[in-house]
Amino acid sequence: MEPKTEPEVTAVEEALVEEELLVEEISIDGMCGVY
Amino acid sequence: MTATQSSPLTLISKSASAKTQAVPPLIEQLKGGLDAPICLTWELTYACNLACVHCLSSSGRRDPKELTTAEALAVVDELADLQVFYVNLGGGEPMIRKDFLDIVDHAVSRNVGVKFSTNGYYIDKAAAERFAATDLLDIQISLDGFDAETNDAVRGKGSWEAARRAMDNLAEANFGEFKISIVATRHNVDQLDDYKKMADEYGAQLRVTRLRPSGRGVDSYQDLRLTHPQQQQIFRWIMDHPDVLTGDSFFHLNALGKDTGETLPGLSMCGAGRIVCLIDPIGDVYACPFVIHDEFMAGNVRDTGGFASVWRESDLFQELREPGAAGACASCNAYDACGGGCMAAKFFTGIPLDGPDPDCALGHADEAVAAASAAGVVPQPSQDHSRRPVTLGAKPS
Amino acid sequence: MPSGSTDAATQKRPQADHPLAFDSSAKWERSAKIGLRPEPFGALAYHFDTRRLVFLKSPVLVELVDGLVDHDSADAAIEAIVEPADDRGRQAHVKALASLAEAGVIEPVTTAISFVG
Repeated sequence: MEPKTEPEVTAVEEALVEEELLVEEISIDGMCGVY
Repeated sequence: MTATQSSPLTLISKSASAKTQAVPPLIEQLKGGLDAPICLTWELTYACNLACVHCLSSSGRRDPKELTTAEALAVVDELADLQVFYVNLGGGEPMIRKDFLDIVDHAVSRNVGVKFSTNGYYIDKAAAERFAATDLLDIQISLDGFDAETNDAVRGKGSWEAARRAMDNLAEANFGEFKISIVATRHNVDQLDDYKKMADEYGAQLRVTRLRPSGRGVDSYQDLRLTHPQQQQIFRWIMDHPDVLTGDSFFHLNALGKDTGETLPGLSMCGAGRIVCLIDPIGDVYACPFVIHDEFMAGNVRDTGGFASVWRESDLFQELREPGAAGACASCNAYDACGGGCMAAKFFTGIPLDGPDPDCALGHADEAVAAASAAGVVPQPSQDHSRRPVTLGAKPS
Repeated sequence: MPSGSTDAATQKRPQADHPLAFDSSAKWERSAKIGLRPEPFGALAYHFDTRRLVFLKSPVLVELVDGLVDHDSADAAIEAIVEPADDRGRQAHVKALASLAEAGVIEPVTTAISFVG
């Protein structure tokens, strides 16, 4: 879940949030509306 | 570059050139739709040898307007050209089509991954060997009860045995990891551990999906749907078994995790008309397999411009890609988690689309469901290929 | 035959926690076994053997994946393609490439002749 508000973060946490934004993996089964 | 107290997203855009912009959450980008589906469901035929009581496509009799082999292969080519990576074939029973292997082989040859969903009747040893030798192929066997009594009450006498035989044949042919897919009902939700064990014994992957009141499901829904305690039970069970697939069909239950911040795996959004859709046996394109109704029909692959044109330009899909209003759910603090649930479930229980999901885990729809049912405003599916009236079998003890 | 990965139900996957496992000084290239489909947000990458589906959430990252093969190292590619290649940008993209390597979207380029079966 994406956090709704942006709390104060340390530099390390900032880097982690940035990284999370560039690549996301989902199962080919992870989409609603298929068999 | 000065550091600021602003959010990490802002920091990225400040520290980067115009080339590296801040990236909105993926789900927001997908809600606006893509130029092609990521994957989709394609029902090859309405013909079926079974008459499952909850069949989402109300299948049984072949439709005379079914796509021809040439038309079907042309659809495969369109999907390949659009770079749809993966197609879920079903029906009815897809193996009934005489050109089933031709369609599968052509898809695979064009690098479109195939999964087909089957009741297993036609997977004899020869078929199992043939499938084992076919690349890029996944097979999903449908089963709705751990034991024959539970399963056959919904799927018909002999169906459990046929499914198990198919699984045995696939295992013997060294097919590899096939899928066993159950629709969770009131009567099988206590069998999940048994199912998992069965799947593990076969080296198969378990898949558990939501029952929706679609197709013939509209009639048996009240008897088969999960109770509120069972919803909590299944939410916890899925969270505890992250290697079990769900087709992202339980995101309406994410409301149960709103306090702990737990969400079920998957995108947790309705993909209909945005990243997935359905092609039916006569080429009609619907938002998803659970809304086979004129209200959710976008066009036909036989129209000028084919599937691509329906996907990109149909009024219905463009409408679905507009941001939706939270409506009656706006004041609920679980809305961010559940997104208001499933469009198909709402439609086929007579609840407005901006209302709560009929299975709202917080109980916000219980009155509305009863009222809609009493008022007789529940729509019937637009396509009914059932062979005869189908009624729920004897309930298991 | 299915070719699902052992964790085919992998869901939202955090980036690799072990940055040392990804050698950014080596030469990498986009895998031949993936389909890469450009999107407004970046691209979709699908691995046909493992069935893994990966979203590349920035066009710069996509450009980087495509451009890897033209540079002697991932670091050099980042230097050339990511603007500005400051510490934050470098780190973010190295971490992204590490994830993509783990998912099989990119592969090391072997200098020896490899016999493809």
